[in-house]
Amino acid sequence: MTTTNLSPQEEQSPVTQTESKEAQRYYSATQFQLIWWRFRKHRLGQAGALILLTMALAGLFAEFFGPYSGITRTSEAVLVAPQAPRFCNDDGCALRPFLPGVTAERNMETLRMETKIDLSVRRDIYFFIKGEEYKLLGIFKMNTHLFGIEEGSIHLFGTDSLGRDIFSRALLATRTSLSIGIFGVIIAFVLALVIGGTAGYFGGGLDYGIQRLTEVVRVIPVIPLYMGLAAAFPKEWSSTQVYFAMTLVLALVGWPTLARRIRGKLLSLRGEDYVIAARLSGAGPSRIIARHLLPAFMSYIIVDLVISFPFMLLSETALSFVGLGLRPPTVSWGVLLQDAQTVRAIEQAPWLFIPALFVIIAVLSFTVLGDGLRDAADPYQVSN
Amino acid sequence: MSDTLLEIKDLKVHFPIRSKKLFGGVTQYVKAVDGVSFRIEKGETLGLVGESGSGKTTVGRSILRAIEPTEGKIVFNVDGEAFDLSKLTDKELRGFRKHMQLIFQDPYSSLNPRMTVRDIIAEPLVAQKLAKGGEVDERVREAAALCKLNLEFLRRFPHAFSGGQRQRIGIARALISRPQFIVCDESVSALDVSIQAEILNLLMDLQKEFGFTFLFIAHDLSVVAHISKRVAVMYLGQLVELAPTKDLFYTPKHPYTEALMSAIPEVNPDQEMNPVHLAGEIPSPINPPSGCRFHTRCPYTKDMCKTDIPKWKEIEDNHFVSCHFANTLTLKGAEIPTSVDAN
Repeated sequence: MTTTNLSPQEEQSPVTQTESKEAQRYYSATQFQLIWWRFRKHRLGQAGALILLTMALAGLFAEFFGPYSGITRTSEAVLVAPQAPRFCNDDGCALRPFLPGVTAERNMETLRMETKIDLSVRRDIYFFIKGEEYKLLGIFKMNTHLFGIEEGSIHLFGTDSLGRDIFSRALLATRTSLSIGIFGVIIAFVLALVIGGTAGYFGGGLDYGIQRLTEVVRVIPVIPLYMGLAAAFPKEWSSTQVYFAMTLVLALVGWPTLARRIRGKLLSLRGEDYVIAARLSGAGPSRIIARHLLPAFMSYIIVDLVISFPFMLLSETALSFVGLGLRPPTVSWGVLLQDAQTVRAIEQAPWLFIPALFVIIAVLSFTVLGDGLRDAADPYQVSN
Repeated sequence: MSDTLLEIKDLKVHFPIRSKKLFGGVTQYVKAVDGVSFRIEKGETLGLVGESGSGKTTVGRSILRAIEPTEGKIVFNVDGEAFDLSKLTDKELRGFRKHMQLIFQDPYSSLNPRMTVRDIIAEPLVAQKLAKGGEVDERVREAAALCKLNLEFLRRFPHAFSGGQRQRIGIARALISRPQFIVCDESVSALDVSIQAEILNLLMDLQKEFGFTFLFIAHDLSVVAHISKRVAVMYLGQLVELAPTKDLFYTPKHPYTEALMSAIPEVNPDQEMNPVHLAGEIPSPINPPSGCRFHTRCPYTKDMCKTDIPKWKEIEDNHFVSCHFANTLTLKGAEIPTSVDAN
């Protein structure tokens, strides 16, 4: 045997006598701190998180950020094109933005409405303006809106064929669509955790049975399954009932993938040395699951959940788009896009597609966020 | 002879292989351990060697019932009472865990990366409710100090430590419940050589102080020679030889042991090595060879080896071997080391 003169303190290791404060902080960091530190280096993921946070806030306080309610109709402003606020006209520039005057005229050759912008008319935009009354979060009675205009109406994203403000409606739809995604993911997650967890921890015949059941659910094509479930909603259900039924439908279709992953993770972790060590230390099954298994794959689950969001969002949007999901007067992205189905919309009112941008941005944000979290989720893979 | 702590009788661990066919059921078994019997005396270190796939890890783990043994008795004598571990229910076994522990091979995968060092070391106490509150902390500090861990590092997570330090954490966890019996499953083979020596010396010091009994599983013969009082050699799920370390190393009685000994690397680079080359690979434990399991690779094989199973017999005092020709063959042992301390 070769012997060595090194004492334990001098042994090659990251823990040395002369370590910086920073190193000490790193060595005693919890898992979530490490994940957070690594996530902070992932710019794209952060951008995704920021966008989603903005969207969530905008959806939550939709009535405040939007100048009108989702059902307010301005009969003199039907299919108005998006209006961009301006700062300058011939009289010079000012800090207060304004909307120019607009006159619409039908071109007798093409039979199209053509709008002319009249910069000499200046309709000032005011902030924190009193307007329509609403209940913030369904509780507080308020009538202050973030912005508004005193004469005429303001439609940043234009209006639809009934003269409703698309900007306000898009914000309301954000709330519906995001929340349906969140509830759907949560329900799917609980189902997956119970079903996949049982299969993965106990294994054997139980696992076999559950796996076959999962496969049966998985092989049913998704679209017909959605259609069947959604068509089963009675016509007389209120929009709230349909809303909750939709989340349930999404969850019932969404759990198998997640359940599989949880099962796989548990199955592989069950044989890990440190789980065997816990068993040999005399820990019972409940302690092993709670203390050793769950914390080990919680980060993966979070990532999985984030990544499965776009799927839920797209499913809801697609279903509502074909008329099987949410129905008006509920506003969701899918419902809004239903208005954009006609050729007339593509031809004459392309701004009806603006809600599709929301879908794209939300899905992309979830994807990059999930990506960033996945990279950060395993802080023990690479040591810094 | 001193007291027997552990007596293993005809231990078998067979892993079923399921048929690929639907409802095919179990058709074959991997006989990882196939009839192993030995005794471990209180306070001694028994080395267990053999090549990869010989079943030594399975023996160690099935004694602790980390793997369920298929057959056989594991009699554990504690406080004058004998328990057959193979008969205990899961619950009874959990109460028994404080008497026996395992030190793992891989110091990286054996520590939960999500727990602080303090929580890892305390786990046996907390899980079995052996101590409460401040007593837990006190005993953790005591165990950590015994393993020469810096007490300031207890709040840290395992990722902050090197392999050698992690192995010390694993050792602290193993000894905190003051077990009588510890299985060291290749506990130093993942470490570099200088750290190996430190860990081995630590284990030996702890043994002197607390009278632990070790089953030391390894494939590195010099490590085994350093720490063990007796050594058992395993081949294809069975013991082929068991003897006091010196006897086994210098006067082996089994051709397989001879081949192992000739493979010990020489420290002197000018010294020419003459290893006994064994033909082929270790046969499959699914269909082990008939007769003596070693006959397919044995340089001294005779006809009877192919048909008759050799008996496990004590040919000299405390020297067990299973070979038909143990008394007639003259086999070469390890080179008497010049610069290596073979204990």
